[in-house]
Amino acid sequence: MSRASDALYRPRRGLRRALGAGFAGLCLAATLSGVVVLVVLLGAVLVKALALPPNPPWFAVGEQLRELAAFLSRIASSTNSPNPELAGFKAGIIGSLWLLLLVALIAIPVGVGAGLYLEEYAPAGRLRRAIQTNIANLAGVPSIVYGILGLVVFSRAFGFQALALGKMLWAGALTLSLLVLPIVVIATQEALRAVPPSLRQAALALGATRWQVIRDHVLPSALPGILTGTILALSRAIGETAPLLMVGAANSILFPPSGPSDYYTALPVEIYNFATLPREEFRSVAAGGILILLGILLSMNAVAIFLRTPTGQRAASRAIAQLGRLGWSGRRAGRSRTGLASAVVVPGPGASGPDSEVAQPTDQGGAES
Amino acid sequence: MSLDQQPIVSRNPSPAAPPAPGADAVLVARDLSVWYGSTQALRGVSIAIPRNRITALIGPSGCGKSTLLRCFNRMNDLIPGFRMEGQLGFDGDPVAGPEVDPVTLRRRVGMVFQKPNPFPKTVYHNVAWGARINGYTGDLDELVERSLRRAALWDEVKDKLNRSGLDLSGGQQQRLCIARTLAVEPEVILMDEPCSALDPISTARVEDLMEDLKAEYTIVIVTHNMQQARRVSDMTACLMLDEARGNGHRPGVLAEFSPTDVLFTTPKDPRTEAYITGRIG
Ligand SMILES: Nc1ncnc2c1ncn2[C@@H]1O[C@H](COP(=O)(O)OP(=O)(O)O)[C@@H](O)[C@H]1O
Ligand SMILES: [Mg+2]
Repeated sequence: MSRASDALYRPRRGLRRALGAGFAGLCLAATLSGVVVLVVLLGAVLVKALALPPNPPWFAVGEQLRELAAFLSRIASSTNSPNPELAGFKAGIIGSLWLLLLVALIAIPVGVGAGLYLEEYAPAGRLRRAIQTNIANLAGVPSIVYGILGLVVFSRAFGFQALALGKMLWAGALTLSLLVLPIVVIATQEALRAVPPSLRQAALALGATRWQVIRDHVLPSALPGILTGTILALSRAIGETAPLLMVGAANSILFPPSGPSDYYTALPVEIYNFATLPREEFRSVAAGGILILLGILLSMNAVAIFLRTPTGQRAASRAIAQLGRLGWSGRRAGRSRTGLASAVVVPGPGASGPDSEVAQPTDQGGAES
Repeated sequence: MSLDQQPIVSRNPSPAAPPAPGADAVLVARDLSVWYGSTQALRGVSIAIPRNRITALIGPSGCGKSTLLRCFNRMNDLIPGFRMEGQLGFDGDPVAGPEVDPVTLRRRVGMVFQKPNPFPKTVYHNVAWGARINGYTGDLDELVERSLRRAALWDEVKDKLNRSGLDLSGGQQQRLCIARTLAVEPEVILMDEPCSALDPISTARVEDLMEDLKAEYTIVIVTHNMQQARRVSDMTACLMLDEARGNGHRPGVLAEFSPTDVLFTTPKDPRTEAYITGRIG
């Protein structure tokens, strides 16, 4: 069983195994520290939120939950008030939803368009590299800087009174749009880069124009990735506080905004304001606001995670295919296929509708020998 | 720079091996050299591919077979750093140059890739898409059926037209890709090692298919499989790596272009002989 050369090896198996186990343990500890911090944070916020009387004992879970639900629905439906028993976040929640809508309407088309241009059209070269570097850097600029930019550009319009947006919701929405634009651009580019080159080659080799390839293959393939990145960018926007303080989100708005030209406040801004008030009872209100904000953020992230799963990708592609039917190609296909479809197509089990497209990029990298 | 004014003078093919009689040249390369960045992939290739014949491109790895193929439908344009010199013709018209629209050219010079790459769409849409984006005004259903029949795939997929093309087996996927190419009615089909990812039975099917398609199409096929080249092709071009240049890189050159039976029985070029007898490559 032993060879002469065995003498040259010193296996030290025990030490190697121990080192491996130790490293795994350290990684586990790192993971747990994140989880523990999150649990402690949530627990502390929950305890704070329930600090208002009446105060059921901690083991009465059902009662606790009922009280929490009642508390959250109260603060979600009432506006700011000097009385902590009456104070709530209605104005902030509606303001934040407005911001979300406007940021989505501004940042998604511009960001996706810019990502598409940079990835698909811009000629490679120094200029493109410079723009690329700039966008990556912009994604890392502190948000307060965007706040100052928004103040100068949107709120004051460099001093042109006629164009200045002042403390309108528009100013906040535009500022947040600028803030998340780099994230949307980068997410779009990464999703486009993940589209297998073989797919583009196949389409181009049939005599398709670049636009036809992008419309029918590249975008549908990249869509789940783009949506995921976009949703994460939007959830960043909805949690931002500092830039909104610069561009006029007020702390004492009693009526929720009814349009983008109204004065506004946002959920995190109100949380911040409540948390800085001296009376202890307001801490509970602030904690309740944090729970609502976290709820919104986590559900947005859940959608993003869902879109990364195969089921989610299929669902997204199918939704897009339905939308695409409004376009020329879908309509035409629908009409001309009917004869064949009814005559010969016997959809097997699991066969999806005629327009369903399974946009799961399979890796068929174009490398050739 | 019209290509049909001067006779085609191929440097390399021996005078004893002209293209098969009665066949005019569809694709022509004259003194073609290709670079990717600073590395030269092809040097001085002159070849005239005859119409309605199957032409095989053989040669060791990296000698530029795929490069030559991609020149004919301008797919090389997509590769950063690609540069070419020399002349390329298709049906007497130039292929390269800013005045030629590669989109129009690619419809007429179709391509089947090494790895089956169906679209992540239904079988039906895989075939119909190319025709639709090229503005086909006829009956799409009929075109899909005809193309799938010509690709010898119809019987296997006629009940699965609404399934994803990715659900098919590898051999079926490759025939789907062929059907997709046929649906835009090209004149030439370029195939880059179309069977290298297929099992022997699928390979035999694709080979039979090529034989059937020959009447209507000109086929150029790259293959590493010498038996395949012998079985399917009428003409064979053998590319070789040139002697090393200054930087040690060896561009590909055309060693010999002859009728397949001639090339495999009495090769003129010693490098060809060495390659087909297994001493190079
Ligand atoms: N996309 C590319 N970029 C740079 N060099 C390439 C590329 N494709 C091929 N080459 C080079 O060109 C030469 C010929 O390659 P190729 O045409 O793929 O050979 P073959 O198909 O005969 O194996 C090789 O030296 C290869 O490294
Ligand atoms: Mg190759």
